[in-house]
Amino acid sequence: MSAPRDFTYVGTRPIRHDGVDKVTGRASYGADVTWPGMLHGFVLRSPHAHARIVSIDTSAAEAMPGVQAVITGKDLPETTATIALGEAAIDLRDIGDNVIARTKVLYDGHAVAAVAATTLDIARRAAETIAVVYDVLEPVMSVDRAIAADAPILHPAMRTKGAPAASAAEATNVASRLELKRGDVEAGFADADVVVEREFRTPMVHQGYIEPHACIARCGEDGRAVVWCTTQGPFVVRDACAAIAGLDPAHVKVIPSEIGGGFGGKIVVYLEPLAVALSRKAQRPVKMVMGRDEVFRATGPTSGSKVRVKFGAKRDGTLVAASASLWYEAGAYSGSPAGAGAMCALAAYKVPNFFIEAYDVVVNKPKVAAYRAPGSPIAAFAVESVVDEIARELRIDPIELRLKNANAEGDRAPYGPKYGPIGLTQVLEAARSHPHWRAPLGANQGRGVAVGFWFNAGMNSSATVTVNADGSAAVVTGNPDIGGTRAAQAMMVAEELGIPIERVRSSVGDTDSSGYTDVTGGSRVCYATGMAVIRAAEDAREQLRARAATIWNVSRDAVVWNGGRAIPPEGTENAKPLTVAELAAKMTHTGGPVVGRASLYAPMAGPAFGAHICDLEVDPDTGCSRVVRYTVFQDVGRAVHPSYVEGQMQGGAAQGIGWALNEGYVYSADGVLQNAGFLDYRMPVASDLPMIETVIVEVANPLHPYGVRGVGEVPIVPPLAAVANAMRGATGIRFTELPLSPPRVLEGIEAAAAVPVQV
Amino acid sequence: MTKLHIETTINGEPVEFLCDAHETLLSALRNGLGLTGTKEGCATGDCGACSVLLDNRLVPACLVLAPEAHGRAVTTIEGLSRGDALHPLQRKFLEHAALQCGVCTPGFIVAAKALLDANPNPSEEETRYWLAGNLCRCTGYDKIIRAVLDTAAEMKGTPA
Repeated sequence: MSAPRDFTYVGTRPIRHDGVDKVTGRASYGADVTWPGMLHGFVLRSPHAHARIVSIDTSAAEAMPGVQAVITGKDLPETTATIALGEAAIDLRDIGDNVIARTKVLYDGHAVAAVAATTLDIARRAAETIAVVYDVLEPVMSVDRAIAADAPILHPAMRTKGAPAASAAEATNVASRLELKRGDVEAGFADADVVVEREFRTPMVHQGYIEPHACIARCGEDGRAVVWCTTQGPFVVRDACAAIAGLDPAHVKVIPSEIGGGFGGKIVVYLEPLAVALSRKAQRPVKMVMGRDEVFRATGPTSGSKVRVKFGAKRDGTLVAASASLWYEAGAYSGSPAGAGAMCALAAYKVPNFFIEAYDVVVNKPKVAAYRAPGSPIAAFAVESVVDEIARELRIDPIELRLKNANAEGDRAPYGPKYGPIGLTQVLEAARSHPHWRAPLGANQGRGVAVGFWFNAGMNSSATVTVNADGSAAVVTGNPDIGGTRAAQAMMVAEELGIPIERVRSSVGDTDSSGYTDVTGGSRVCYATGMAVIRAAEDAREQLRARAATIWNVSRDAVVWNGGRAIPPEGTENAKPLTVAELAAKMTHTGGPVVGRASLYAPMAGPAFGAHICDLEVDPDTGCSRVVRYTVFQDVGRAVHPSYVEGQMQGGAAQGIGWALNEGYVYSADGVLQNAGFLDYRMPVASDLPMIETVIVEVANPLHPYGVRGVGEVPIVPPLAAVANAMRGATGIRFTELPLSPPRVLEGIEAAAAVPVQV
Repeated sequence: MTKLHIETTINGEPVEFLCDAHETLLSALRNGLGLTGTKEGCATGDCGACSVLLDNRLVPACLVLAPEAHGRAVTTIEGLSRGDALHPLQRKFLEHAALQCGVCTPGFIVAAKALLDANPNPSEEETRYWLAGNLCRCTGYDKIIRAVLDTAAEMKGTPA
C-alpha cells in the first residue's frame, strides 16, 4: 500500500454534478421520455399463485382498433443461455420464464401476455379481453409448506444441489443446500457455560424504490434494437434482452436513464424483453411503465425466512460454539441469498466451532432479486438477537461481549479467507465511547446494539478520461449513478490531474459508448469503477507527461508531475512548468487527443462492518413503537464525498428500521398479495424517524489506491436486530418474528402480562 | 371519445390542452404537456412524488383530474426556479446533499415550498409531519429535513 497521501479533493463535499438537473425536474428517468410513433405496452398478469396455463386466446385483443401487437410466452423462445453477473451467473431460462410465463404461472402477478396499442387505455382494455384458461393448483406459500413431504412441487425437474446423496434424486422445492463448518460444534456446546437457541422468522420485503420499472424499446426491420430503461446494469439488460428476445447482443443498444432507486431490484429484466418483442412485432417504439401494484406483485423482493440460531459461551463471554440453519424463500425460481446469509452470519465473531446450513427454497411468490447486502440482514437479525441474549444471561455489556469476540486482521473469516485490515473493533470502540451509549433512557424506552457485515464486490469496470483542449476533462463510465457516484468520479479525476472538480464533466455512458462494466451494485461503483477512473486519469496524466517531454525534447522519465503540473528536468533550456491547460492547448501538435482509459477486474473488495445503536420507545397500551435516537458507526475505508457516505449510512438504516418495524408482504391463503401499495406496505416516512447520526470510521482498504471500501450495503444489516434488541430492552420480550408492528408487539405485551417474565 | 378543452395557468403561463374526462392532472402534465419533472411513484396518492400546487394548495397530481385544472393555477417543479436562479429550497437541497437518486426530490421541494409558504418558521416536528406524505427511500430523511429547516432560516433573513 502506498504511503498516506494528502488529498486536495477527496474528503471534501462539492455540489454533485447531476444535482441541478435533479432539483429542477429536468433529469430524465425511465418513464420520462417519449419517442415518435410510440405505442404503450401493458402486461396481463396472473390472478393465481400457482396454476397450469391450459390455453390463451388473444384474438379479441388483436382485433381491437388501436392494438398493434399482442405477445404471449410462445413469442419468446426458451433459452438455456447464462450471462455473467460478478461471481454468479444468471440463468436466463428462469429469467425468461419469469418475464413471461410459458406453461405454468408461479405467483400472483406473473406475466402471461402483453399488448401494445396506440394508447395505454386501449392496451389495458385489450389485455382484459385476453381469455386465459388456468388449471389452478395448490399454492406453496411458506418454507414449512414447501418442505413438507406432501407439498406440491413447483418445478418437476428440481433436485436439491448439494443434498446428501440419499435425497438427491427426489423432486423437491429445495433448490440447493450449502454447509459451512469449523471445529467440533458438539464438543463446543458441551464446553459452554451458557447456551441460547432461538428460531426467527421474517416476511418477504421489497426494496421500495420510488421509481417504478420503466422502459422504451425500438426494434427495427433490421433486427436492431435500442432500449432506454431505468436499470442498475445496462449491460445485463443488453445481454438478457438479446438472449430472451432472440437477438444478437451486437444488435442491441441499451441507454440507461437516470435511475430512481434500485437497491438491487433493478439489476434483472422484467419489462425490457417484452417491450423489445412487442416493438419487433409492431415495428414501432413501445413504452412500458409498471404501476406500483405491479412493482410489488411482480418484481423481485427479498426472501422471507426461517432461521434457527444457537450460541454457546463461556462465563467470561467467550463464544465457543455456534450453529445455524437458514431457510430462505427464493420465490418462484431458485436463487435466494441463503448462501450469502450463511457466509455473513458469523462474519463478526471468532467462533472456534460452528456448523451452518443454508437452504434455498422455492415458493409461489415473486422471484427474489438482490436487496442491499442480500441475505445478510436476515442472518444478522437472528445472530445478533441471540448474541444479545447471551450478553443478558452473562450480564456483560453487549458491546464488550462483541469486542471480546470480534474478528480482526489475520483472523480467518467463517467463509474461508483470512481478513485483511478490517474495522470491526474500531466501529465497536467508536460506539462504546459515543455519548449515545451512555445517555439515560426514558420511560418505556429500550436501547439495542447490533453489528453487521458485508463482503462488498469488485468485478469488472471500465472508464475513459478525455482531456479537452481547454484543460478541462470528461470522464465516462458504464455505471448508472444511483446516489452520487458521478460526483465521486469527478473528484477522483480532479485529484489525479490536479484540475478543479468543476472542470470535470462526469457522465454515464450507454452500452455502445462505455467500456464493459458490471452492474451498479455490490457497493462496488466508488470502489471498483472508482479504481478504473483513477487509473484512466493516471493514464491521461502519463500521456500529458509524455507530451511535456516532447515539447522539451527530454525523456518522459525526466519529467516530474507535481501539483497538477509537468516539471522540466533542471537545466532544460526555455522550459518552465506546464499545467494541464497549457499541455492540453498543445495536444494537436504533440501527438493528438489525450484519452486515458482503464479497464480492470477486481477479484476482491474490502469487507466492511458497521455497528448501530437504536433507542426505541414503546407505547404499552397500543404496541406502537418509535425510534427516538439512532446512531450509525461504519468503517468506510476512505470517505470520498462524506455527505453521500453519510447519506448511504442514514438511508440504509432507515430501510432496515422499516424492515424491523412495519414492512412485510401479506398473502392470503390462496396466495394473492394483500398489500401491493404504499398505503398498506408501510415504509418509513419523515415523521416516523429521528435524525440519524453518523460516525464515519476510516480503516484504509489496502486494495484501493485511496483506501475506499464499499459503503452502501452494510448499513441495512444491523438495524433489524438493533431494533429488536431495543424492543427487548423496552418491553422485556424477545420478539423473534418481524415486523415488530403494533399488533404483534401488543400481543406480545399482553401475553407477557399473563405470564410473569424474567427480565 | 370526445376530448375536453381545458384552459389553465401552469407556472404562470396560460396553457390550453385537450384531455379525456378521466385523465389525471399528472398524466396531462407528463404526457400531454411534457412537464416530466412531476413524477409518478404510485398513482394512489401515497408517495408524494407528483406533488404540485393547485391554486397554491399542495395536492398529489395523480389524485386530481386534469379537467379540475380548468380556470385554476398549477405550479410544478419546473416553475420554481427563475431564469438561472434556483429557488432557495433547490439550492439548499444541493448544499445539504438532500438527494440520492433524486426521483422524489421534485415532490419534496414542491411540498416543502407549500410548507414554507404556510409556515415560514416550522419546527423539525412540523416539517417531518408536513412532509410525511412524501416518500424517500434513499436518504432516511435526515438531510432533507435539515435542508428545509436551513432554507427556512435563510429565507427569514430576506423579505419575501
